[in-house]
Amino acid sequence: MRHGVARFVTGFLALPVALYLFYVVWPFVQAAGYSLTDWGGYSDSQHFVGLDNYVRLLSDELIRKAFWHNVFFLVTVPLFTIALALFLAFLLNVGGREDRAGIRGVFGSGFYKIVFFFPQVLSLVLIAVMWQQIYRTDGQGLINGLLIKIGLVDADNPIAFTADPEPFLGVPAVLWWLLFIAVWSGAGFYMVLFSAAMQSIPKEIYEAAILDGAGRFHTFFRVTLPLLRDTVSVAWVYLGFIALDMYALVFVMTPSQGGPNHASEIFASVLNFTAFQKGQYGYACAMGVALAIFTILLAAVQLRITRRERIEF
Amino acid sequence: MSVTPENLGDLSRRTLLRRAAAAGLLATPAMGLLSACAGSEPKKSDDTGGAAKSKHNPFGVKDGSAVKVVIFNGGLGDQWAKEDKVIFNAKHPNITVNMSSTQKIKTEEQPKMATQPSDLVMNSGADMMDRSTLINEGAIEPLDDLLAAPAWDSEGTVADSLLPGTVGDGTQNGKFYVVNVAYTVWGNWYNAALFKKEGWQAPTTWDEFFALAPKIKAKGMAPYVHDAVHGYYPRWALMASIWKSAGKQVVVDIDNLKDNAWKADGVLKALEPWEKLVKDKLLLPGKLDHTQSQQAWLDGKAAFIQVGTWLKNEMAATIPPGFELTLSDYWSNPGDKAAKDVFAASGEGFVVPSKAPNKEAAKEFLRAILSKAGSAKFAELTKSLASTKGSGDNVQDSALSSSNNLMKNGGSELISVKFQDFYADLDKESQNLSEELMAGRLTAQQFVDKMQAAADKVAKDSSIKKQTRTA
Repeated sequence: MRHGVARFVTGFLALPVALYLFYVVWPFVQAAGYSLTDWGGYSDSQHFVGLDNYVRLLSDELIRKAFWHNVFFLVTVPLFTIALALFLAFLLNVGGREDRAGIRGVFGSGFYKIVFFFPQVLSLVLIAVMWQQIYRTDGQGLINGLLIKIGLVDADNPIAFTADPEPFLGVPAVLWWLLFIAVWSGAGFYMVLFSAAMQSIPKEIYEAAILDGAGRFHTFFRVTLPLLRDTVSVAWVYLGFIALDMYALVFVMTPSQGGPNHASEIFASVLNFTAFQKGQYGYACAMGVALAIFTILLAAVQLRITRRERIEF
Repeated sequence: MSVTPENLGDLSRRTLLRRAAAAGLLATPAMGLLSACAGSEPKKSDDTGGAAKSKHNPFGVKDGSAVKVVIFNGGLGDQWAKEDKVIFNAKHPNITVNMSSTQKIKTEEQPKMATQPSDLVMNSGADMMDRSTLINEGAIEPLDDLLAAPAWDSEGTVADSLLPGTVGDGTQNGKFYVVNVAYTVWGNWYNAALFKKEGWQAPTTWDEFFALAPKIKAKGMAPYVHDAVHGYYPRWALMASIWKSAGKQVVVDIDNLKDNAWKADGVLKALEPWEKLVKDKLLLPGKLDHTQSQQAWLDGKAAFIQVGTWLKNEMAATIPPGFELTLSDYWSNPGDKAAKDVFAASGEGFVVPSKAPNKEAAKEFLRAILSKAGSAKFAELTKSLASTKGSGDNVQDSALSSSNNLMKNGGSELISVKFQDFYADLDKESQNLSEELMAGRLTAQQFVDKMQAAADKVAKDSSIKKQTRTA
């Protein structure tokens, strides 16, 4: 690169990098610093306590509970979202009948694409507020109202949705109801992502497979899925981040933000309680740092596992 | 008590957008959470006091200065505060009052506490700053000089003009920190017009209630409804029952984390009728929140609801014509130690941050809020009593007069509970367990055992600073 160009590029990048360092990186460093203190959050007095907060973290029962709930989402959110998104993308792109024009999606696929993508343009909080009405716990709720009308649910015992801590398959029901919303709101985006990836797969490969007598099932598992491997693994990492968050849904939709009786407690809700209600900012920062380290490790592991040589079309 | 409801259920468009922005920050969880912890370096505040002190200006507020006042705009609205601003400026025309109102007190004020706080903050609602933390961190100013100052427009000092309990409610570690401006009475509400029409007598004991319940059910109504989302709603009722049954000392022991305080005589007995209420299916089905349950009650789906006196103002828009909101005391059992004591407390607490630039004007503004004229406006506009004596004397209203009567016929003591203000952990556990009891997932005995265990855990935790309740 010529000298003048390098200076030109540096000049352009200096300001954004400085802003990024000051507004993004510096707060992270500060938080890591606070995590070694007993700062309460309301004053400017704090004492250095070393790794005490991290030691405490290991024996905190509530954090352990929250951790397992996060693990539940970590496994289920990517699994169900990707499965659903792949299924929809397959139907919309290559699921239809074949004719002289080649392989195409099911009838009306353009319309479905818009419908499925729609939740993505809504903010998560908006989605939570909307689902609060759908999940309302008496006859005025959308689901309860319908089910009571057709006699599937007893009016004296409506579905409690996010106020229900009773375990289903060993996991509190409230987490399943939240999972349903997370998958519903996430699948559309990944469907579009997978659609784009599928469209870049040459039609000839499909036609060759069909000529060889492959059905839909085999086309999907032997042709489509292997060729989407890269995209799926990226989606997996993104969804992992989302699963470790889930804060907006828990905060807006569950009783006492993590209830009932801690049944939907997640890392972020415990952190919020510790910092803003208990006034133990130092300890809360330690939770934040621990979660950050966990997230980064997870992303690294996921990308490493799914790495494989790329196929060029 | 300083807990008041906020409309968590119906988010306004603006809060929604603001939260949406916050949620955007959280897209990558660790990053958003990390930066939430970050603070900034404190700045020195400059002193604005120093004018001559007099009877009409006891704190020496400087003319030409400005004071920033933040009002919690919840169940009581904020119109009353605007009236206080008029009263204040009539005496101090040259002091600028910058008043703003919000539902997100902690979200907006906490980040400024260590650097450039507002001068006067109404710390209330679901999103309030934890009071013990504020005091332990030295973030708010003791206001004992406000109590000793002359009242704005009546004889004697500010302390003399307040209803009983108000000074005690705002005191911690022997100093007065929190100025509660509202006076709330809690109990069981019913529609007097309906009861007259049906010929029902409002019960005063649990036995009378359980006798009336089948008649209510026969009319297709649920006898009782409560907020099943915010645990502090049922907790008011449970703690009132415990106080009535076991007496004041037991509640003081509970607040002081005494060994086996929850196992004292009368505690279990107080909770058993609540267990029976749930088991006999006398509750309206569904896990409704505060406004949903209040609306269900207004719609005639349930006969009784337990909540405080802000109810009328909160539901003003949807009260059907002819509906007579009437407050009655929590039900008691024969043999209760303090059956006549009423659950009432000052609430809606104002605090003055230690680093506030114009503390003198903040205190002067408090004097205006607590004035006769200001408190009368408060009662008129909110249909709730103010913590200043005589605020409701000239207001005609069934909700206000029934709560006035309840206060007049009450016992010698006011029911009050402190542990939830002292310890955030116990606050959360008691809310959770109260809802579990009301959902029928805990028996009264299990509730008592679990509360005792939670109290013991806090008592043993050395990272939590302990408080003592004396009165």
